[in-house]
Amino acid sequence: MSSQPFRLSAGGLIDRTQAQSFRFDGKRYEGYAGDTLASALLANGVRLVGRSFKYHRPRGILSAGAEEPNALVELRAGARREPNTRATVAELYHGLEARSQNRWPSLAFDLLSVNSLFGAGLVAGFYYKTFMWPAAFWEKLYEPLIRRAAGLGRAAPHEDPDHYEKAFAFCDVLVIGGGPAGLAAALAAGRSGARVILCDEDFRLGGALLAEKREIDGRPAAEWLAATLAELASLPDVTIMPRSTVYGVYDHGIYGVVERVNDHLPVPPVHQPRQRAWRINAKRAILAAGAIERPIVFAGNDTPGVMLAGAVRAYVNRYAVLPGREAVVFTSSDDGWATMRDLAAAGAKVAAIVDPRVEIDAGLMALASRIGAQVFAGSVVSSASGGRALDRVTIRDASGREQSIACDLLAVSNGWNPTLHLTSHQNSRPVWDEAIHAFVPGQMPAGLSVAGSAAGRFSLAQALADGARQGTEAAIDCGFAAKAELPPRKTDPEGIALSPVWRVKGGKGKAFVDFQNDVTDKDVELAAREGFKPVEHLKRYTTLGMATDQGKTSNIAGLAIMAELTAKTIPETGTTIFRPPYTPVAIGALGGHHRGRDFRPTRLAPTHQWSQDQGAVFVESGAWMRAQYYPKAGETDWLTTVNREVLAVRNGVGLCDVSTLGKIDIQGADAAEILERVYINGWKALPVGKARYGLMLREDGFVMDDGTTSRLGETHFLMTTTTANAGKVMQHLEFCHQVLWPSLDIRMVSVSEQWAQAAIAGPKARAVLQGVIDPQHDISNEAFPYLAAREITVGGGIPARLFRISFSGELAYELAVPADYGDAMMRALMAAGEPHGICAYGTEALGVMRIEKGHVAGNELSGQTTARDLGLGKMMSSKKDFIGRVMAKREALVEAERPSLIGFKAVDPSQRLRAGAHFIAIGKPATMENDEGYMTSVAYSPNLKHWMGLGLLKNGASRIGERIRAVDPVRNGDIEVEICSPVFVDPEGTRLHV
Amino acid sequence: MRIPCPHCGARDAQEFTYLGDANPKRPDGMEATEAAMFDYVYQRDNPAGRFRELWYHGAGCHAWLVVTRDTKTHAIEAAEPAKPTKAGAAA
Repeated sequence: MSSQPFRLSAGGLIDRTQAQSFRFDGKRYEGYAGDTLASALLANGVRLVGRSFKYHRPRGILSAGAEEPNALVELRAGARREPNTRATVAELYHGLEARSQNRWPSLAFDLLSVNSLFGAGLVAGFYYKTFMWPAAFWEKLYEPLIRRAAGLGRAAPHEDPDHYEKAFAFCDVLVIGGGPAGLAAALAAGRSGARVILCDEDFRLGGALLAEKREIDGRPAAEWLAATLAELASLPDVTIMPRSTVYGVYDHGIYGVVERVNDHLPVPPVHQPRQRAWRINAKRAILAAGAIERPIVFAGNDTPGVMLAGAVRAYVNRYAVLPGREAVVFTSSDDGWATMRDLAAAGAKVAAIVDPRVEIDAGLMALASRIGAQVFAGSVVSSASGGRALDRVTIRDASGREQSIACDLLAVSNGWNPTLHLTSHQNSRPVWDEAIHAFVPGQMPAGLSVAGSAAGRFSLAQALADGARQGTEAAIDCGFAAKAELPPRKTDPEGIALSPVWRVKGGKGKAFVDFQNDVTDKDVELAAREGFKPVEHLKRYTTLGMATDQGKTSNIAGLAIMAELTAKTIPETGTTIFRPPYTPVAIGALGGHHRGRDFRPTRLAPTHQWSQDQGAVFVESGAWMRAQYYPKAGETDWLTTVNREVLAVRNGVGLCDVSTLGKIDIQGADAAEILERVYINGWKALPVGKARYGLMLREDGFVMDDGTTSRLGETHFLMTTTTANAGKVMQHLEFCHQVLWPSLDIRMVSVSEQWAQAAIAGPKARAVLQGVIDPQHDISNEAFPYLAAREITVGGGIPARLFRISFSGELAYELAVPADYGDAMMRALMAAGEPHGICAYGTEALGVMRIEKGHVAGNELSGQTTARDLGLGKMMSSKKDFIGRVMAKREALVEAERPSLIGFKAVDPSQRLRAGAHFIAIGKPATMENDEGYMTSVAYSPNLKHWMGLGLLKNGASRIGERIRAVDPVRNGDIEVEICSPVFVDPEGTRLHV
Repeated sequence: MRIPCPHCGARDAQEFTYLGDANPKRPDGMEATEAAMFDYVYQRDNPAGRFRELWYHGAGCHAWLVVTRDTKTHAIEAAEPAKPTKAGAAA
């Protein structure tokens, strides 16, 4: 067990009573509650945590926050493994397992680090240049090689066992960031009574106050923080969401937030999600996301042990960890001097402080003198070295004289960039503020304001004042009587003077601009030389800023170097804009529960339980689960079952659930009129009590849907649609009524779910039906002929609807009852049918029988067929206007050659047909030019004892008796078929009318 | 986006289905020519800026709405029922 050699004995916001052991690359270490993985690694003296993307350079921890480009690890193991996790924001927990990435065979000894030696071949644009020839080598050789060498972590090989969920929230004021500005804003808005949500990505609120030793009103800032958090907790309409990153700003006040609910536990508790994706609707929002410190580009600036100065303070003050014992500070701002102070106070030796500015504040000089740090004013660090751990830096003064100093930590400060990413999400480009040498938000998204460091107002006093003022304003905007601005808080003095230095030239070794994508200053020079000067070109050519960190620590240096090379200013050079997400968001979190079988809701028919009791095998049909077939004991393959079901219907009687068909109730004086306009055939002459088959087109002339529609009263129709198109047809009818013909006097409602419906089919159907309907209803062939449709009663007064319609071609009825009676209806029909040998049948048998009858279904209603293609062209009325009428007559759609519906059977009846096979003339090669159409549906007919097919064939109707080949290259099929009538069984339709 | 449905209030855009330009009028009747119908079915403007477009509130009131939206900023100026109400208005 490790003793945490770099842990300070006192101080920090960690709980020394809660030791937490964890593993990194298999080795066991110990940290404390309150640590991040990064702080715990540093406490144990682990500097080297990963290898870089392209050159496999040793990399350490650069930052202490979300901007981390280097310290990416695989977190957890097995199915819960998560690649590319930033160690700086991964909350430590007992039993945490992490592995370093992109190294082979081991982190300390990486064979591919030779890439670094041959680096000349891997410069910007190398993908495009180096591997151009021969082209055939790209896919098989170059790409796999590059993919192995370059890369980040590995995705888990198994399905994620955890849950993710989506949630929605509404508030008046959303505060983004829980530092001093955000807390002050939340407090001001919360006190007014506004509904406030405060999101912070950290597990602990306080932001920069956690990392700094500051004072507010003469007292330690921690006291203000505690009091503020206590008051916020007491306000009933204030919600604090820690571990929650606002990752995107969307239109109309919508904010995307990912809450890491249980990432800080090894396994989420039962029934709890790992992460939750929020969609927060806020009337106003305040961005108080703070700022990100900027590194400096110099040789070896990626050596483990080179760290941002602010991060050093965070490790010392918040985590009680010394990131090094002998430090050098390289800073272009007063801010870096605070790191010198805090390091010294924590017991580290600060050997030197290097500041390119010649004039240094006297107070700072005195501080350095007290600490014993040698001051190098007007100087720079020209290189850092040490390979896997920093051991030395070279300091160069204005005259060019160099001096080397031993150290194990180099703290770098080059000023701060406002964390303005979210202000860019509505396409607004940040603007350069010369006074603070940084980009600040440009035009703000509606409803969003920005406070404190995120606005480029870096001092603590400004943050507190900004937050309080904007919180008050936001509450007023939402209609709350917020109190006037609070008196400004007094804070201890702080220096923010800055004179940034973007790069130090001439050092020995590579100088990195973008650590995560291994982009060096030389790459930027190359881009400039080759003409990729505009920022958008620079970005894409060098991949600068395109890694998972989106250039949080690198973009600015890249722009500044390009500005220098092109003799332009930074504002003239411009900047790219940020897009969502602010930090990576797992797709799993965005998908929530919508995966696998829960991808969309499953709808169950009211007869589902009955089907299940019958042993049904179910199949997805549109949004529904429908019974596909009902295997009996001893039936080992589905075809045996389906054959039995088909024969039972044709020779006796069968029962099939058809509840899932769409049903639309249409009433009103113009009910017949709208049917005239949406269907191709006529409806006004349909008598009350009759059903009719209808076909509707889209306005472009292709078939949309079909079904039977019944006239239940003079002004009352019931339309049925296919299962899959029920919603689409309803939407279409609403469009016709509300947009096209608003003057029609009709009302429509979907009643698909209100009625359960069953088909009773077969020669004995009438006898079965008579057992369930109330005796006063005469359903003899004379009283209730084919296509009759009537409201009746069943089971002693239960309202029902009876339709004499048939998909199977047999004597058949469809009986509908209110959905709640659906289960009872099926059971009653089975009981009544038992003496007649009734058989439950599913969609497969239904499909076989409709093919036997040449009826079209989903395979033929493909969106690419016209009524004419399906042999239904004669249905198109010439006496009325209807949707699709004009476009269906377009030249290409009425061409004689156009494939039309016809039947097929194999010349050798033992051969199986395949849907999807294409028709090719005998003796011709199977090429596109010789393609004459394709098979849409096939089935085995147990009545005919051979396979039969429906298909679309050029001049189909005129070619009955001809032979052609059905070629199925996918399954190696090439068989001879005979073209025949698409009606295989009872072509005269006599069975319908018995 | 949030769409201010005149019946349901401001609702998430996920509840709606988009159709497009609200301006083309169907050439009704037996006299409609193929050319006019072709324009109606296929020809669409794609303006950058103010645009009247049809949305269907399928997960709400089932109303077809004419939404006036700026395609550059997504700012919504108005949302009215496509079917004129008794008080008049729209389409």
